[in-house]
Amino acid sequence: MKPLRIAHLYPEHLNIYADRGNIAVLTRRCAWRGLDVEVTACGPGDALPAADLYYLGGGQDRDQVLIADDLRGKGDDLRSAVDDGALVLAVCGGYQLLGHRYRGHTGEEMRGISLVDLETVAGDRRMIGNVVLRCELEPGKPETLVGFENHAGRTTLGPGLKPLGTVVRGGGNNGEDGGEGVYTGRVIGTYVHGPLLPKNPWLADWLIRTGLGVDDLEPLDDGLELEAHQVAAQL
Amino acid sequence: MLFSAKAGVARVAAAASRRTGRGGGTTLPGKLLLRMQPDAISVLGRSLIGGSAVVSATNGKTTTAKMAAAILEPEHRLCRNGAGANLESGIASALLEGNPAATGLFEVDEAALPAVVGALEPRVLVLGNLFRDQLDRYGELETVGAGWRRMVAGLPHDTTVVYNADDPLVASIASAHPATVAFGIDDPSAALAALPHAADSKWCPGCGARLVYDAVYLGHLGAWHCPNCDVSRAPLDAAARSVVGHGLDAVEFRLALAGEEVDVRLPLPGTYNVYNALAAAALGHSLAGVTPERARHGLESFSAAFGRFERVEIGGRKTILLLIKNPAGANEVVRTLCSDPQPMTLLVALNDRIADGRDVSWIWDVDFEPLEGRVEHAVATGTRGAEMAMRLAYAGVPRTAIEVAPMASAVDRATASGSGPLYVLTTYTAMLELRHQLADRGIVRPYWEAA
Repeated sequence: MKPLRIAHLYPEHLNIYADRGNIAVLTRRCAWRGLDVEVTACGPGDALPAADLYYLGGGQDRDQVLIADDLRGKGDDLRSAVDDGALVLAVCGGYQLLGHRYRGHTGEEMRGISLVDLETVAGDRRMIGNVVLRCELEPGKPETLVGFENHAGRTTLGPGLKPLGTVVRGGGNNGEDGGEGVYTGRVIGTYVHGPLLPKNPWLADWLIRTGLGVDDLEPLDDGLELEAHQVAAQL
Repeated sequence: MLFSAKAGVARVAAAASRRTGRGGGTTLPGKLLLRMQPDAISVLGRSLIGGSAVVSATNGKTTTAKMAAAILEPEHRLCRNGAGANLESGIASALLEGNPAATGLFEVDEAALPAVVGALEPRVLVLGNLFRDQLDRYGELETVGAGWRRMVAGLPHDTTVVYNADDPLVASIASAHPATVAFGIDDPSAALAALPHAADSKWCPGCGARLVYDAVYLGHLGAWHCPNCDVSRAPLDAAARSVVGHGLDAVEFRLALAGEEVDVRLPLPGTYNVYNALAAAALGHSLAGVTPERARHGLESFSAAFGRFERVEIGGRKTILLLIKNPAGANEVVRTLCSDPQPMTLLVALNDRIADGRDVSWIWDVDFEPLEGRVEHAVATGTRGAEMAMRLAYAGVPRTAIEVAPMASAVDRATASGSGPLYVLTTYTAMLELRHQLADRGIVRPYWEAA
């Protein structure tokens, strides 16, 4: 079988909440099943590589400003890749950059790539704490997603867009509408880190399955993952 | 109420706290006093005849302060917050208990530092390092750095700032001050092959260009320069040369300070302890004119601070207690452990209480991967023990070698398995819990006595 190709965008700039844990989980879960996986780092000035899954993490404000310009230059290529079936997973700052803009406290704007119809405005209070979401990426297969959020941005989705999940615990996109993240079928954006994938192996496997275009994956011993998930769901 | 009466009330509270066994009275009396008298740190601090020195850093402040105490104590009576209570309340408590005929030596939390320094006006301020740590509590690294920058701008010109020149962020903060002592490592043979994943400050604080490292010693600490704006590591006033590690037992280096050079054998392992020792020696010299030779005596007789490479025996098993609290510190702990070729047993305790950081994602920024193939048995415990166990599995430790156990039985589970040394890696509040257990067995003293 062909390898799962992961492009890790700006790993040196967008890595604030242990984002490489997400990559480690995808890599190990493929390796444990004997599946090949290729991870390509893509930094400022690099051409966007061909990939099945593009990953964007979160950075400090300063690092985000540094790479926002560069990412806009890659926006058209990323949009074509998604149109051709590639997946995007973006967390925290990376999630905000998928939208139209981020407006800060003093009105300054950082433009995003408008891959998804959403925008973010800085709030006056950070939303920090454990998060529990109810998700249903595949109809009839509800799942629980757990993690941690730490963001000042309030994100609003455009009309017709669906959140990644509904908030059971935590602030979510904006602390008001009960939604968290965004899910378009190919693109997932979320504020949930912790990192996102280790305690949510169902989502890691959904990404691997969808990225490879296969219906099933060999099951793994997820005893520790499920125990960590349970602990986090009850915090 | 007069100040002396307020202080008296707070001292009675300290005695009561110790008597009821609720703790060492290391924060409560200060908290009480600060509520009655918000400028208590300033008032009490002024009465210290020898003035004071303050140490802050993300990693190593407790050890550095304890090393400085070992260097100064033969000739100076010290007033210290030795039990690690390093917020305003802890400093005020230490000042209450301390003798006014003393010199102050305080380790201070990096977020509390600007307020404490403003109140205390120390003669010497040691700025050790800034690493990513507990983002949910401190905010981004840049936020802490900005607070330090404003603090340094407001310092009296005769305050000596002893700073780690190998840390580009700390250097950019400290070097604006007129009276500085730059310390660092000057030994390319001790360098790492590359910047670790968790490196935090690899961009120029001035212009944002990627820094070039001629040598990386630990995290983002090293001999650096900016290829764009011509800033580089300052010439070192206190340097460690010829650094040679001796497994888990010791590290040797040549201390160059004030025009003299002496060979030091530090009875603790790790590059991070070389930095701590340099900071302590430079502090002693700046505060009290301690010579490198006298600094050597203090450093060589040093014993580890609470949970910082503390050696104990549990049921005949050689055990080492190591505090882990952020990626840079934990990476160095892992690197040091892996210098011991024996297969090891691990007890890793991960809590997510406020003092540990509620967000445990940092364990995924730690390079636990070098443990692959080295661990005979691992017990994970704490409020997030399962998550820690899972992290070890993704680092390559076989799942069959990993168990999750409740805190109450974790020590027994760990001592019952494996044959080699037992390494206990824990977050802060988990260390307190485990030490209470060990103290009940008569193995370690309570933390407020041990310091």
